[in-house]
Amino acid sequence: MGKVVLVTGVSRDLGRKFARTLAADPDVDRVIGVDVVPPRGDIGAVSFVRADIRNPVIAKVIAKEDVDTVVHMSVIATPGTAGGRNTMKELNVIGTMQLLAACQRSASLQHLVVKSTTTVYGASSRDPAMFTEDMQPRRAPRSGYAKDVAEIEGYVRGFARRRPDVRVTTLRCANVLGPDVVSPLTSYLRLPVVPTVLGYDARLQVLHERDLYRVLQHAVGHEVAGTFNIAGDGILMLSQALRRLQRPTVSMPGFAVGRVGNLLRQARVADFSPEQLGFLTYGRGVDTTRMRAELGFEPTMTTAECFADFATTLTPTGGRTERVLATLAQALPEVEGDPAAPLSGAPDASPATRRPRAVAAAREGADHG
Amino acid sequence: MGDAEIIPIGTRGRPGRGTGKQPSSAARNLAGGKGPAARPATRRTPDTDEAQPTDVAVDRAEDTAVDRAETSGVQDAPAASSGAPTAGDTSAQQPDPARPAARTRERHARGGIPAADLMAAFQVAAREVFGEEWEVQLARFLAFLRRRVTGDYSVDEYGFDQEISQRFFMAALRPIADKWFRIEVRGVENIPSEGGALVVSNHSGTVPVDGLMTMVSIHDHAGRFLRPLGADLVFKMPIVSTMARKGGATLACNEDAERMLRGGELVGVWPEGFKGIGKPYSERYKLQRFGRGGFVSAAIRTGVPIVPLSVVGAEEIYPLVGNIPSLARLLGVPYIPITPTFPLLGPLGLVPLPSKWLLEFGEPIRTDEYDEGAADDPMHVFNVTDQVRETIQQTLYTLLMERESVFR
Repeated sequence: MGKVVLVTGVSRDLGRKFARTLAADPDVDRVIGVDVVPPRGDIGAVSFVRADIRNPVIAKVIAKEDVDTVVHMSVIATPGTAGGRNTMKELNVIGTMQLLAACQRSASLQHLVVKSTTTVYGASSRDPAMFTEDMQPRRAPRSGYAKDVAEIEGYVRGFARRRPDVRVTTLRCANVLGPDVVSPLTSYLRLPVVPTVLGYDARLQVLHERDLYRVLQHAVGHEVAGTFNIAGDGILMLSQALRRLQRPTVSMPGFAVGRVGNLLRQARVADFSPEQLGFLTYGRGVDTTRMRAELGFEPTMTTAECFADFATTLTPTGGRTERVLATLAQALPEVEGDPAAPLSGAPDASPATRRPRAVAAAREGADHG
Repeated sequence: MGDAEIIPIGTRGRPGRGTGKQPSSAARNLAGGKGPAARPATRRTPDTDEAQPTDVAVDRAEDTAVDRAETSGVQDAPAASSGAPTAGDTSAQQPDPARPAARTRERHARGGIPAADLMAAFQVAAREVFGEEWEVQLARFLAFLRRRVTGDYSVDEYGFDQEISQRFFMAALRPIADKWFRIEVRGVENIPSEGGALVVSNHSGTVPVDGLMTMVSIHDHAGRFLRPLGADLVFKMPIVSTMARKGGATLACNEDAERMLRGGELVGVWPEGFKGIGKPYSERYKLQRFGRGGFVSAAIRTGVPIVPLSVVGAEEIYPLVGNIPSLARLLGVPYIPITPTFPLLGPLGLVPLPSKWLLEFGEPIRTDEYDEGAADDPMHVFNVTDQVRETIQQTLYTLLMERESVFR
């Protein structure tokens, strides 16, 4: 007998696509999608149950369908269409509490997978370069998404203590990037002119959409419990990423960027969340050793490749300087390698992040698009 | 004077050269073209009645017109110059018949200089700047520029950008190290050529120039990049934080230090911190407290050698004679320095004094022989910290004895 999996938060794109991928898995018998509003796209073989996880109906669904695995994906980063901050908090925190309460009652449940986020680590000037799973944020989050996630993780840990027979896997995923993903980060990167924080350059580490589905599926299929950081290899600086996406930037002080972000949110141009300002100022890197060693998962795309893939659907709004230089370069002889760059005995700066081919491909694709 | 023939010089008070509204009479005469010739003909008919007065009147009109043009500006000139066309015509009627009319040609910005000449000049200039292989050199530089513009370079997980630090930071700091401070490096062989190691140095000089100089010296003499550990403040400040990350620095915390040392990097620490660089000139070359010995426990945990480094010369670059604690508190910085030159000479006071620097790397202190729990044994950690501190202090005294004077 295969698994019966309940996925929460299927009305949004990531949840819906994941539920569909999971339904195609031969090891999984049934996939039940739960959300307050019906999903807008195709959900394939997933059976959708319209239920609010904020009320106890969810317990009945779990009992009736004999669910043995629950994948909790309905933690939202911005209120978006749901309403204000209060609605968001209620959906996130109260929803998780109800879901966990229902799970605690269920006798059939064996496995709980929670999609968390690396936002719990916060972003500040006093951060270590790479967060491991044991590290705490330097300053406890006081509001917004980060606080919600911190509270949710607390409840999940409490659940794990009360039900030691249930395997609990918490996946702290880095910001998800993909051609179709709509998130605060992607809508920021899609702006025709990108405001950046003057004098700071954030370190970015992202996860590709497909890798997110893969890791969730991996967690459902494997019996590994624990908390894991999930992110693509390598780091890209924000300025570097924007150059690769061929976006012109405008630098302004931090408070001004926050204000512009608020304006954009009010105008519904971009989904800018307040904790994003810290992320865009200082950035964040996470250590993924445990993901490889214990979870046994290997992301297919590095951070640089994620950006290259993201660039394929993006119409470049800048890149004039580059075109001028390219024209100039054509008039000059070809140079094989750069003898000035490598230094004998110098440490090689992570070769994994260097993907000129992917960038070239991305540029080509962008030109066609 | 009345019968004297008048040979007009200049524009006779009328707006001539430069107003741009119409060509001057001189220009019209020279050009002799068809276009402008039509206009004077139509203009002349009303003018002729007024222009009837004798030459004296013309002469007077000319004088007054010049005066007025000088005093009250150009506006009055047209009215005053009513008699001018006649005079202009008289002169125009007696040109040298042998001389052909000069014609102007349309000119472009680059007119007259053939493209081949330009190209040749460019090639000569390029050869001057880049040498014989200028095409290759230029192509290489262009490739570098393109890499920067397209973002096609790599940074490591701390944000270290090797290309820019080598091509820009090091290149900018090297002349300062070689020519201004005339740095003399000793004991380079004590820096392991590969694998993790921790360079521990004294800190001085009001502004952490010694860190930058150590970085460039190690890069040039040992062929490795020093990865400095910086204070919180460095990463809080805009621009400085970006430069620090690009240059290879990271936050001075145990997690990062151990991670870097495990990754086989050459890590630099200045355990005195702000106590060291912010100490008054009178306390020069007296080592301050070495923090809590966190760097020693990081080295013991990762089993890497500690290389003590003594820097002589950095104390004298900005002799700190005073401080403004209240302003410093207000701005959230550890101190506001007052040096003999600094607020007094303004920006000129920011130029460091050209003291002579000596850098001596001491014998590495091995930490891989200690047992497991040594890093958590405070007594042991303090002992090693003291050993490092004493070594640096003794070397400082020896180097000071050797130095002839501050500037030599």
